[in-house]
Amino acid sequence: MSTLTPTDHQDERLRIDKGFSGMLKASVDRIRGGDLGLLPVFIGLVVISIIFQSLNPFFLSSANLSNMLMEATPVGILALGIVMVLLVGEIDLSVGSVSGLSAAIFGINFVDNGWPLALAIVTAIASGSIIGWVFGQIYNRVGVPSFVITLAGLLGFLGLQLFVLGPKGTINIPFDSPLVWFGQLAFVPTPVAYALVSFVVVLQIVLGLSRSRSRKIAGLSVESLTAIVAKALGLGILLGFAVWYLGLARGIGWMFVLFVLLAVIGNYALTRTQWGRSVFAVGGNREAARRAGINVRRVYTSTFIITSTLAAVGGLLAAGRLAASAQSSGGGDVNLNAIAAAVIGGTSLFGGRGSAFAAVLGIIVIQAISSGLTLMNLDSSIRYMVTGAVVLIAVSLDAFARKSRSSHGRG
Amino acid sequence: MATLTGEGASAAPVLTLRGISKHFGAVSALTDVDLQVFPGEVVALVGDNGAGKSTLVKILAGVHPHDSGTMIFDSQEVIVRSPTESIDLGIATVFQDLALCDNLDVVGNLFLGQELRPIRLDEVAMEVKAWELLRQLSAKIPSVRTLVASLSGGQRQTVAIARSLLGSPKLILLDEPTAALGVAQTAEVLNLIERLRENGLAVILITHNMDDVLAVADRVAVLRLGKNNGVFNVADASKESIIAAITGATDNVVSQREATRPIKVETRSK
Ligand SMILES: Nc1ncnc2c1ncn2[C@@H]1O[C@H](COP(=O)(O)OP(=O)(O)O)[C@@H](O)[C@H]1O
Ligand SMILES: [Mg+2]
Repeated sequence: MSTLTPTDHQDERLRIDKGFSGMLKASVDRIRGGDLGLLPVFIGLVVISIIFQSLNPFFLSSANLSNMLMEATPVGILALGIVMVLLVGEIDLSVGSVSGLSAAIFGINFVDNGWPLALAIVTAIASGSIIGWVFGQIYNRVGVPSFVITLAGLLGFLGLQLFVLGPKGTINIPFDSPLVWFGQLAFVPTPVAYALVSFVVVLQIVLGLSRSRSRKIAGLSVESLTAIVAKALGLGILLGFAVWYLGLARGIGWMFVLFVLLAVIGNYALTRTQWGRSVFAVGGNREAARRAGINVRRVYTSTFIITSTLAAVGGLLAAGRLAASAQSSGGGDVNLNAIAAAVIGGTSLFGGRGSAFAAVLGIIVIQAISSGLTLMNLDSSIRYMVTGAVVLIAVSLDAFARKSRSSHGRG
Repeated sequence: MATLTGEGASAAPVLTLRGISKHFGAVSALTDVDLQVFPGEVVALVGDNGAGKSTLVKILAGVHPHDSGTMIFDSQEVIVRSPTESIDLGIATVFQDLALCDNLDVVGNLFLGQELRPIRLDEVAMEVKAWELLRQLSAKIPSVRTLVASLSGGQRQTVAIARSLLGSPKLILLDEPTAALGVAQTAEVLNLIERLRENGLAVILITHNMDDVLAVADRVAVLRLGKNNGVFNVADASKESIIAAITGATDNVVSQREATRPIKVETRSK
């Protein structure tokens, strides 16, 4: 054991995976052990693309994909909230109603009461935060399961939404308002998009290098320079291709960029902060988390608040996209699509496993199915059935992976 | 038979328990338990299964509150309402069930609740410290980035012990810390306990292994059916007398006194 061996590679039983083949070997091991990560959703997307593209060549066209991303965003933001609440091992069935209520509150204040845009937006979002706080208090103090609390919320806030909208039922939001522009017309100019992609690539390399440097100083193993650059460039090429291809049509919506940004922030909070660590801990073993001195109640309250707040944000974007706050806003399959997206993206219903990016990939799957079936002129009856089947597959995969994990000793 | 206060009586005790009682429904897990621990002292807490040892540890760790009695920590009367309050007092606990999160890696578990740099986790420093702690325990854990779920029982126990060494505790509670460990690792833990004592920490060690008790403990406190059943100075107590107190044989003062009372039949039948 030479002193040059990094601290974390000194155990002789440890296989050190070097280079590309090593990376591949390590990921095969992980997947075999039941740590599927984002793999199933990637495979799912490829399968869906092949099927629908062969049925209708418009499916993978720039115009359809560009539109699909816009369409996916509002519910995707709801799904991001669902990821958070699933991670602590709870559920929120009310995100659809809360998004509808938020849209209604915005509509009344902005259109009927003539409030300034910013104030109307802040009020709508704050209403979501307050709802989440109330859920948290009931959960912590009364001990009612979140399933029941949020089921009551689903009905209660739907009622409140209808009450706020009043007998008119629908409030049209003027087409020249910034919210509608953002929901329908705000696309990233292609040069700006390329600049953003380059920025992401450079940032990846810089962060990778600084990480390597501090690990090296500390005597830990480091990722090779080529691996860092290769990964960043790989991501850059992928994103660059997307920008180019979508740029053939209207491009990438700012709204979708906001969604991805929220997912990146969510991912940071979950993986790089003490709060995120405690979210995973509470979802994994609530009693162990409590005994480690974590304020478990605060973790629950904060996740409920984040989930409802994101639901309110999603509701606003949906209102912008529709240019209206309607009685049907946030109704129908919105709720279940949000939950399905989180699960399809690989967030475990059993708590403690998942990622913020699950929401992005999961909602794209849902939207792709919906778009493909719409292109085939199939109505919602088929869409519901297909989505239901996909959710069932995703949940079974989750349960199956869990079994495989425990048989491979990965709990 | 030693006094309840032990030999280090010159220094103030770290912990004094007086008349601690706890019942779960109809079951009295602890009745009027007294205990004192001094800095730089290892007290072995022994007793048969179900004697109430873990219950006492959980009370000290803030897992559940006691029903009556007083707890004095560092010359202050304290009420430990939650694990956080126990940790803040300077009590570190290795629970019998370990209380680890299977879905977190070794580093995540070691630093749970005490992460470095809360809003931008310092993973590098935590990883370095993790290796340091594990090396100190001669732990054979290939990687600190593996999930705790995939570790063996002994490795999990080592992680739990390593966790109690983080921060700067004054009192360490070890509830059967060596139950799943191999010979060499058990010896490491016993060495560690001795080092902790040299550093002036107080240790309460629960174990069923009499040889371990005699090897590292200064005093032995016996619990039987939730009650004190004698305190021994290891230096001048025989293994047989301690075992007799654990099993309830009648050759020590406390059980002799018990034997004169009408509840004798109850204490005998288990
Ligand atoms: N959470 C609990 N609920 C009910 N009874 C309990 C609980 N914890 C412990 N007990 C009871 O208290 C007694 C003492 O248990 P414990 O402290 O675990 O014993 P030991 O650790 O000495 O083996 C046992 O009779 C046990 O059944
Ligand atoms: Mg026990």
